[in-house]
Amino acid sequence: MSRRAGGVRWLGSAAVQGLLLVVALVWLTPLAGLLLSSLRSERDNASDGWWTAFADPAQLSLDNYRVLLEDSGLVQAFWNTVLISVPATVLVVGVSALAGYAFAWLDFPGRDGLFLVVVGLLVVPVQIGLLPVAKLFGAVGLFGTVAGVVLFHVAYGLPFGVFLLRNFFAEIPREMLEAARLDGGSEARIFLRLVLPLGRPALASLAIFQFLWVWNDMLVALLFADGGSQPLTVALQSQMRQFGSNIGVLAPGAFLSLIVPLVVFFAFQKHFVRGVMAGSVK
Amino acid sequence: MAQRTTTRPGADPRRRALRHRRLLGAAFALPALLLLGALVAYPVVFSVVRSLFDASGDRFVGADNYVEMARDPATLTALRNSAVWVVVAPVLLTGLGLLLAVLTERVRWATAFKLVLFLPMAVSFLAAGIVFRLAYEQDPDRGVLNAVVVGVHDVFVEPAPYPTARAREGLGLTGSQADGYTSGELRPGAVAVLPFVGVAPGAVPAAAGPARAPDAVPGALTGTVYLDFTPGAGGRPGRVDPAEKGLPGVTVEAVRDGAAVASARTAADGSFRLDGLTEGTYRLRVPAAVFAAGYGGVDWLGPALITPAVIGAYLWVWTGFSMVLIGAGLAALPRDVLEAARVDGASERQVFRRITVPLLAPVLTVVFVTLVINVMKVFDLVYVIAPGPVQEEANVLATRMWLVSFGGGNDQGLGSALSVLLLLLVVPAMVLNIRRFRKGGDS
Repeated sequence: MSRRAGGVRWLGSAAVQGLLLVVALVWLTPLAGLLLSSLRSERDNASDGWWTAFADPAQLSLDNYRVLLEDSGLVQAFWNTVLISVPATVLVVGVSALAGYAFAWLDFPGRDGLFLVVVGLLVVPVQIGLLPVAKLFGAVGLFGTVAGVVLFHVAYGLPFGVFLLRNFFAEIPREMLEAARLDGGSEARIFLRLVLPLGRPALASLAIFQFLWVWNDMLVALLFADGGSQPLTVALQSQMRQFGSNIGVLAPGAFLSLIVPLVVFFAFQKHFVRGVMAGSVK
Repeated sequence: MAQRTTTRPGADPRRRALRHRRLLGAAFALPALLLLGALVAYPVVFSVVRSLFDASGDRFVGADNYVEMARDPATLTALRNSAVWVVVAPVLLTGLGLLLAVLTERVRWATAFKLVLFLPMAVSFLAAGIVFRLAYEQDPDRGVLNAVVVGVHDVFVEPAPYPTARAREGLGLTGSQADGYTSGELRPGAVAVLPFVGVAPGAVPAAAGPARAPDAVPGALTGTVYLDFTPGAGGRPGRVDPAEKGLPGVTVEAVRDGAAVASARTAADGSFRLDGLTEGTYRLRVPAAVFAAGYGGVDWLGPALITPAVIGAYLWVWTGFSMVLIGAGLAALPRDVLEAARVDGASERQVFRRITVPLLAPVLTVVFVTLVINVMKVFDLVYVIAPGPVQEEANVLATRMWLVSFGGGNDQGLGSALSVLLLLLVVPAMVLNIRRFRKGGDS
């Protein structure tokens, strides 16, 4: 009996392994298609599929990327993406850390009520801010600038950031803070020397989540950035209209925009997963 | 000022510290509160008010914009699509995530598998959109999905042998590719020569031999179907010349009074023979099926399938999320309960349905609610994948709101009403979050 059960189990396990292998391949196929398409000439892409490259690897070349890197508009858009993502991330982490500490350990008038408001703002859709903030930015000259895009991202990243860090900081043992206060440490000093180092895991998760969120954003920049400040996503989006004839630009461009998130993903897997999980309430 | 009050004689140093801390707290929270107030809270109020005014913002119209939402066909399409999204995507994602999470528990390379499925979470919706525009391409020679679909289809349904062939005109055959071709009236014992053109040399099967007109057979109709084209030059139309090839595998029918009474397929040299015919007159027919255009695959990006197609891309992005979250829940299940059930003789399926799923219910709920909130705001994927002409059919609330407000519509009253609707739809989640926070204290 045990022999038969063992045989059945082995078969079952082989079936499960086979099924999962197929699923994994299906998941990787679209990305493989993007990569191979980006390495094929416009003419090859127009006449047959990327999978023919397996039979004929001579099709592949870096020509599309060379052309892309000579396109000053797209290179500028790539830098704009960096110029938007990095400050937006630093600001969200910084401002959230300050507020998170205040909400967790510094009593100020209206603190608890205000925090409930922050929790309520967690799920507010970005869409509700588009029109009003566009008018506001228009009035103060921020519309169409990198700074405007950054500020919008910071504001909509804050509810989650404050929420996450306040909860994390609240776990710090009270005695630890009391001891530091008795030692005569100023609040600013305690914040910098004690709270921030202790909060490093949460800060890292928040930073990664926020960075990817902003790096990958298209909607906000579509409205708030102009031709000179648009990030890569918007620059590529404007080429989608003639999709068929623009694969030579779109495929390598999309791949270029993927590289940074992929590096972040593989370098900080644990923080990444934790950040995305925690950030999913957004 | 603060300086003066703190140095007042008799002030308790503890109170002074407390006071200092309160001021500092307000100062620390201030940047966040200012930004949230100006760019998140104020816009909510602004949008609600703005939604009560007309397109230009000059005239108060009350609830007209909301009434318009229920009347405007394009907005109704968007509402319907959003409903489809919210019902279908979270259910599929939670189910798929649960299934994969349970299965991955049984393999040793679970970590690698989870990594692969989580990978799309790092990809922007724009890039995912480009990826899927490529995959959904209609032409099976370019879109990988249709390449697979057509490949599978052609295994089960033999493709028509000569989709481009047509009869040489004026030489006995009348009709068209769409209706098939018919000859004039013939009596048994006749030999028919049926000339065709329009087959590229590469499309002639390798097995095809030189065309040959068979001998006459009493009581039967014989003949040949061939490619009436001599490579180079020198062939005569309607005659079987030495270098011309037969077309094998073509169905030829003998038709009497409009009904097919006999049918044969041509051999390698294009010859056919229809036996067992009684006296009388017949017509030969080459049916339309021989010329049917090849199966072109599924029109993924057409108006009928665009929403399922975009949801498919969304599944690609989010399945990893649901699987990893549910997997973490599975790992936290009490092993001894599961083992006890197995020892008591419960089958794997019973354990799964009666124990695993009920114990996982809280995790499944969190995943489901999270997905509903995210699905409601879906924008980029729809905007990027749907080609211009089918954008209207693909629209969801968020894309409709965008198009109405900024994409040419320029009706900011209706646009605001749509964004308020989006907000209202997530209010239950908002209440849930606040309540969960108050009950759970810190987490």
